[in-house]
Amino acid sequence: MNMLASIPGAMDAVITGTTLAQASAPAPMAASQLAHYLFVSAALFAIGLIGFLTRRNLIIMFLCTELMFQAAGVALIAFSRFHLNMTGQTFVIFILTVAAAEAAMALALVVLLFRRRESLNAEEFSEMKG
Amino acid sequence: MGFMMTLSTILATLASPIAALAQSEPVHAAPQEAGHAAEQVAHAAAHVASKIEAIAAPGVGPLWLLLIPVLPLVGFVLSALCAAFRVKSKLPAWLTVLCLGASFAVTLAMYLQLSSGQIANPSVATGFEWIKVSWGLGDAHSMVANFGLYIDSLTCLWMLFVTGLATLIGLYASEYMAGDVGAGYCRFFAAFNLFVFSMSCLVMGDNLLLLYLGWEGVGLCSYLLIGYFYKKPSAVEAGKKAFIVNRIGDLGLALGLMLTAVHFDSIEYSVIFAKAQPYLTALSEGRLGDIPAVVQLIPVLLMIGAFGKSAQLPLYVWLPDAMEGPTPVSALIHAATMVTAGVYLIARTYPLFLLSETALPIVAWTGALTALLAATIGMAQFDIKRIMAYSTVSQLGYMFAGLGVLTSGGAAFHVFTHAFFKAMLFLSCGAVMHGFAGQLDLRKLSGVGSMPGWRVVGIAMLVGCLNLAGFPVITSGYWSKDMILGEAFANPHMVAIGWILLLTAGLTAYYTFRVYFRVFVGPKYFEPGDEVHGHGGDDHGSHGADAHGHGSHGTDAHGHKAHEEHGHAGHGHDAHAHFHPHAPGWAINTVLAILAIAAFAVIGLRFVGGHEGWVSGLIEHSSANYAGHAMYAAAASHGGEHAHATFFGYDAHTAMMYVSGVVGIVGILTAFVLHYVGRTTAAKSKADALLPLVGPLAKWAQGKWYVDELYNAIIRVPLLVLAHLFHLIDKAIVDGIVDLFGWVPKFTGSSLRPSQSGALHGYALSMAGGLAVLVLIVVMVMK
Repeated sequence: MNMLASIPGAMDAVITGTTLAQASAPAPMAASQLAHYLFVSAALFAIGLIGFLTRRNLIIMFLCTELMFQAAGVALIAFSRFHLNMTGQTFVIFILTVAAAEAAMALALVVLLFRRRESLNAEEFSEMKG
Repeated sequence: MGFMMTLSTILATLASPIAALAQSEPVHAAPQEAGHAAEQVAHAAAHVASKIEAIAAPGVGPLWLLLIPVLPLVGFVLSALCAAFRVKSKLPAWLTVLCLGASFAVTLAMYLQLSSGQIANPSVATGFEWIKVSWGLGDAHSMVANFGLYIDSLTCLWMLFVTGLATLIGLYASEYMAGDVGAGYCRFFAAFNLFVFSMSCLVMGDNLLLLYLGWEGVGLCSYLLIGYFYKKPSAVEAGKKAFIVNRIGDLGLALGLMLTAVHFDSIEYSVIFAKAQPYLTALSEGRLGDIPAVVQLIPVLLMIGAFGKSAQLPLYVWLPDAMEGPTPVSALIHAATMVTAGVYLIARTYPLFLLSETALPIVAWTGALTALLAATIGMAQFDIKRIMAYSTVSQLGYMFAGLGVLTSGGAAFHVFTHAFFKAMLFLSCGAVMHGFAGQLDLRKLSGVGSMPGWRVVGIAMLVGCLNLAGFPVITSGYWSKDMILGEAFANPHMVAIGWILLLTAGLTAYYTFRVYFRVFVGPKYFEPGDEVHGHGGDDHGSHGADAHGHGSHGTDAHGHKAHEEHGHAGHGHDAHAHFHPHAPGWAINTVLAILAIAAFAVIGLRFVGGHEGWVSGLIEHSSANYAGHAMYAAAASHGGEHAHATFFGYDAHTAMMYVSGVVGIVGILTAFVLHYVGRTTAAKSKADALLPLVGPLAKWAQGKWYVDELYNAIIRVPLLVLAHLFHLIDKAIVDGIVDLFGWVPKFTGSSLRPSQSGALHGYALSMAGGLAVLVLIVVMVMK
């Protein structure tokens, strides 16, 4: 199905050639519509990046990275919808799962770091350098 | 059980009457050299044939003979254990004397059984298979070296004096080294035992490789013991010098060994001698052309090894320096036993030496020239131990000359007598050194023999000097030297060597008695040396006072003259009121007394067991005698030469008995007049007045003819320059390339390293910047 979807015109063949009613295909998305989504994604990413660069609190910085992460997810889904290719959406589902696990680990690390220095200031942790 | 039987065999043999010693040696009439040529040829051929038959099929020796090398090895292990358990008593010395004494007893048993025929002469006792290499089928494709002993009368002769003297000198060392009781004492006796083990392997091994093992082993022990006082730089230098100079000789020996293995397909004596038979037959029939050049090269290579170990002419320089070691070591290793290994090697492989036209003449000339050179140096030295060292070099030259002029019996007899009297001379010098805090300068000692407690040393020294000088009839040194001299004059090609040796005999008598008349008789005077047994710092019981002697002496290290004048001002002894000479104790005196008696006793050996004495009898029944005379006479008669010379119309041997005696007495009288008559101080004698007559010669001789300096200039300095050159090349080019490969990543790393600041925001910013640049590029490209 996905393979077929990636080939222009193939989807139509499937739709016409099948008796399955579910085949009511989603309407194609306009490029201007895509731009809105991408704008949201870019905004999210920029907010995350700026937050990451300007803040010193490790948890905030971590949340900012999550923000940038989700920006990428939004962009993926938008493109997926635009190209009628489900791979992107599937991918995002996986990303969310992994991100959840990663968040658990990252927060655990943050807790450990906090125990070490009694501080969450990122500048405290600069021992590993060349 | 087996051990008990072994023990009982040994004891039974020892108990059997010593009379067997004299009667059991069948007296072989030597081939009459005056006989007709054809008769000689027949005789020589028959002699060779009978010898080959015996040697090609050696008997099987009993395994208890292995105890001879094993017992010193046990002594070595025990001494090493003493070191491990930090024994602080004389235990290692007693263990050593016990082990070596037992080894001597077994050697004696071996000799008695050999002479009574219970052990075949020769026979081989194989302990275990040591090395076996095969690269195909058959004897030609394998090399076997067993840990086996080759027992013949030559082995017996050498082992008797090696183990006997080692026992006595071990006893002497127990007292001499007493100042070092503790770790040093254990180390000394461990090396001492290891030396005797190595020497036993060298002498008793049934193949050249075992000989080589022993050869290197004695070299190692020599190195360890010369450098015994390892905190003293000169001792360390001397040890290294001995080791390195010996390496040069050992290269020759190793090459000779390899060539033997290649040509004869074996390195076992019995096989080599059997395979040399056709060549010996060819020689006795005058067909010298049938002997291949390779066979003639083998003895020349072996000879180089012998020259190194026995301190002969190009390679003798290490031996005088080896006197840095403790005196018992000088006596045992550097006078009596190890340095005779070269003589042993040539005697053992004498059949091979006979096969070369050049080898034995080279040996003879090297020996004679070494004898003369060392004697001239010995005349001008002041350190009595050095004088004895040069006399050892000189006497070794005599032995080599003896081998070279075809009297292997005479050479072996000289080895035997020399071992006793030279050991005694060294031990006497050692007693003086021990008693006078290291003083060895004959200008600072006088009348020692008449001081209380020094009588035995004085007498031992006199006996040793008479022997070394070759005082006629009553000394063994006279008889052994005489055999070599007589043979040299009897050989028409070797008369020049005879004259050199005769001159040397006179010089030897002079310098020997120069020491005696300066140090042991005359007005009593001494200055203590500036050290205790070659190194300071150890507490030394009765030597506690040495610290004072040392202190008062140390102040005039730069002004000997002033000090001597002070000493001469009528109160010589008062100058050293704190120092009391330390007269030798019972161990030293006992050993000296035994050796003095032995030095006389061995004269008797000249007249028992064989027409030329016991030693010649032993040599005649070993590989060292292949009827060399008969063969050369036969070979010469084929060439139509007259093969016998006379000394001004008299028989050379008879004439030499008188001439060498007279020469010896003249030498002694010269020393008497120059160094005893009218001498009132220790420092000056009449000889000093004669020095201007010889011009710079005396100074050159005192400077050892500057041979060390010559070697320094032509060998050491070029090598050093070359080494520095290579060092530079190594540093600049080889190391440079390697360093460059290391430097490139190192530089890259060090220049990039500051960017790794460790601050998280720095990384984040650079990532963001990088992203921005990437986006910019993408946008630009898309445009």
